[in-house]
Amino acid sequence: MAEPLIYELSSQGREGVKPPKLDVPVSELPGDLVRDELPLPEVSEIDVVRHFLHLSQLNYAIDKGMYPLGSCTMKYNPKVNEVAARIPGFTGIHPLQDAETVQGALFVMYELQNYLKEISGFAGVTLQPAAGAHGELVGVLIMRKYHLDRGDTKRDTILVPDSAHGTNPASTSMSGLRVVQIPSDERGNVDLDALQSQLCDRVVGLMLTNPNTLGLFEEQVVEVIEQVHSCGGLVYGDGANMNALMGIMRPGDVGIDVMHFNLHKTFSTPHGGGGPGSGPVGVAEHLVDYLPSPIVIIDEAESLEDIPFFNLYEPPKSIGPVKAFWGHFGIMLRAYTYMRMLGAEGMQAAAEHAVLNANYLLSQIKDVYPLPYDRICKHEFVVKGHLDEAPDIHALDIAKRLIDYGVHPPTNYFPLIVPEALMIEPTETESKQSLDNYASILRKIAEEAKQNPELLHTAPHNAPVRRLDEVQAARNPILRYKHE
Amino acid sequence: MVYLPHTDEERAEMLKAIGVERIEDLFQDIPEQHRYPVLELPDAVSEMEILQELQALADANLSANAVPMFLGAGAYRHWVPSVVDYVISRGEFYTAYTPYQAEVSQGTLQAIFEYQSMICDLTGMEIANASHYDGATATAEAVIQAINVFRKKRNKVVVAPTVHPHYRKVLRTYTQGMGLEIVGDESLNTSLDELIELVDENTACVIVQTPNFLGQIENLEGLADKIQQKAKKTLLAVATNPLSLGLLKAPGAFDADIVMGDGQPLGLGLNFGGPYLGFYTTKEQYVRQIAGRLVGKTVDIEGKEAYVMTLTTREQHIRREKATSNICSNQGLMMLAATVYMSALGKHGLRKVAELNYHKAHYTAQKIDALPGFKVLQDKPFFNEFVVECPAPVEEINHYLQDEWSIIGGYDLSQDYPELENHMLFAVTEVNTRAEIDYLMDALHEFRAGSQD
Repeated sequence: MAEPLIYELSSQGREGVKPPKLDVPVSELPGDLVRDELPLPEVSEIDVVRHFLHLSQLNYAIDKGMYPLGSCTMKYNPKVNEVAARIPGFTGIHPLQDAETVQGALFVMYELQNYLKEISGFAGVTLQPAAGAHGELVGVLIMRKYHLDRGDTKRDTILVPDSAHGTNPASTSMSGLRVVQIPSDERGNVDLDALQSQLCDRVVGLMLTNPNTLGLFEEQVVEVIEQVHSCGGLVYGDGANMNALMGIMRPGDVGIDVMHFNLHKTFSTPHGGGGPGSGPVGVAEHLVDYLPSPIVIIDEAESLEDIPFFNLYEPPKSIGPVKAFWGHFGIMLRAYTYMRMLGAEGMQAAAEHAVLNANYLLSQIKDVYPLPYDRICKHEFVVKGHLDEAPDIHALDIAKRLIDYGVHPPTNYFPLIVPEALMIEPTETESKQSLDNYASILRKIAEEAKQNPELLHTAPHNAPVRRLDEVQAARNPILRYKHE
Repeated sequence: MVYLPHTDEERAEMLKAIGVERIEDLFQDIPEQHRYPVLELPDAVSEMEILQELQALADANLSANAVPMFLGAGAYRHWVPSVVDYVISRGEFYTAYTPYQAEVSQGTLQAIFEYQSMICDLTGMEIANASHYDGATATAEAVIQAINVFRKKRNKVVVAPTVHPHYRKVLRTYTQGMGLEIVGDESLNTSLDELIELVDENTACVIVQTPNFLGQIENLEGLADKIQQKAKKTLLAVATNPLSLGLLKAPGAFDADIVMGDGQPLGLGLNFGGPYLGFYTTKEQYVRQIAGRLVGKTVDIEGKEAYVMTLTTREQHIRREKATSNICSNQGLMMLAATVYMSALGKHGLRKVAELNYHKAHYTAQKIDALPGFKVLQDKPFFNEFVVECPAPVEEINHYLQDEWSIIGGYDLSQDYPELENHMLFAVTEVNTRAEIDYLMDALHEFRAGSQD
């Protein structure tokens, strides 16, 4: 039985929460401004609890099992993070309180900035961006303003490899800049000749994902960056794949100028069914003054000899704020907790095991699923969800059949440069047993694809719902409950 | 190592299967001189130690959970019913991702559909998306939608000076590369009628806020018409406080084209500024220009009702540089919290909480106005925030309240409006008891008495 909508559980006059009592005299309401009708549901608290509990049970989640969604780093979300983020002395502070009254919170932000700088090799970090795409927008705006402030007004082009996340070109055009796509070479790297041919004095910068979305380390990263710098351009690093590099290589050390982090990928904060994320941005020395305001600094004027005073500070050439207030503080607390629990060694071990797990899983399936680029991968890899012996089977069918076996499918049809892509990122928190299980399911499905393709075409068979009519949903959009 | 399940034996088997000897062999493609940097980070600690450390840091903050607070200005201390945290703490919700695989994400998808429905009901609008980051970015996205509606042929935006200062700054940051002319907010003295005088054939949208940043309720009656008389099709975007709509007429009733704002008052804690929730609604005719995720109702192959992300061809992962926005995530868990909040309070509860805010704020205003030296600005009706002209700089009063009375005072408006020197913005919600309010009166009275000695 499908769970009814909360509206359908409504009974006239029912109330869910008892508001506090009115302990002051009543004032006259502004008659002509008051609404007559508020058509929200009328349900009791137990209705709410059961309804949302039922809904939760229709979801797959990391806490249920392996969730190897490539590019998303669905690692385990430690429970201590949730406890940390709910300490009343943090949840009850207002962003506009006097700095003197929020020194504990500012300390956490200051330290988190420092940890991120240390891990990435950058000179400055802002914690304000709300998500990876938001961080990208910040990065592109910083690069743009850097050139403009130097009187270099001709630059209007961002180079984006064809393997990039879709947010890269979208962030570029939001910044009023032009996108030029750079193809990949036969090893999955940026094609150096193609890059060279696009380099000129119109280039604002290159957006580079490394490891790229094929899960491959950009082997000529140093040359790529040198080339872009040689034409006066900057290099943006898409830090979505930082889980492969923590403690292994610092992007700032190889010459990346600006990069966003995803605290909800690399630093274990929960994905929350689509957010909230957090997308801090790190920059090299020459871009520090352009960071969005504010950042947290030690305010020397207010500090005592042995007690630093933390304060918010607006960098002199800031692109401006990209969000009200200071960022997703609740998410920062979780990431801070994670980083303190792991320390430098733990973070390096996390990256190493993320890469170990990906390569191990790849080794268990690559004789069955075609591998477009046969190299040691980093934290994820891309195979084709299309088998010669089963020409009618597509990546989507394999993904849906995985659901029947109680695991989550990989990302599919991305990156766009691999047809029928299955992009698999197991993360370091999966055990060998878990990976072996996933591999055996994938192998079994490959068999089924040949023996009984219909089973895949009609999958999933035992999920809460079967395949959905997406065409109908788009052609005749029903986007809300309609009251009778 | 914490959170890693590997045993030495398993690690060895795995390396063997891959065909390498050591884990380090997996990183031979990293430039050697940059491989394995030494990171200067604090030593790893246990769960117990980190929680003790964080508790000590939290204790160094002055929290509104512990002392009376009258600060609002875009983020408010409200009571969050226990059921909200119960639901968003369920691992099935918070450890899931964007519902790409609809068959195993019906819980998240249906919750988004319910959220979209309730936000439409609250604002009186036709469609809502699955949320933006916050009220500020939702406002910036409203401008981008308007620019897209006119296919970039109009590039002027008129914004009221009483729109939240952060929202106005953020929309300028967002659009700095788009060559827009953003006018209207140079002086606080610009009335709504004067604002409309700035509208011309090149104006893509007008942005107003109600209750505005000063807490005043704007009368939107006839505003859309007046804008149309100046320039046909120019969009009206209204930022609002969703909790106020438990009591006040919905902006949708005044023919607004876009209604957006911050959903923090709907069951989200203060959390030092985030994560909050940007809610976003528009008219159905703009369904293809709206940014962000949309969830629609459909059926599965057996005809069973189900929910799915839809109209994705607007979005960045399909359209890349031609997408309506670069937004990828939404505020999923915050949206869920707001959905639970709106469900639990429902039709009656939301009205009651809104009225509590109204009455308590008005009681406070009346009391403050009666104090010598303090004067409440009353030229427009207000909801739960109001402006007080004070007998001294706000910073001075706030320090006094904090140091002598452990009260977190209101917002210093001179930070954003030079003409409002010595003006404080007070916020009063259902959480402020009469005892707290009367305590504030004693404090302000003493301040005045002390400063006259």
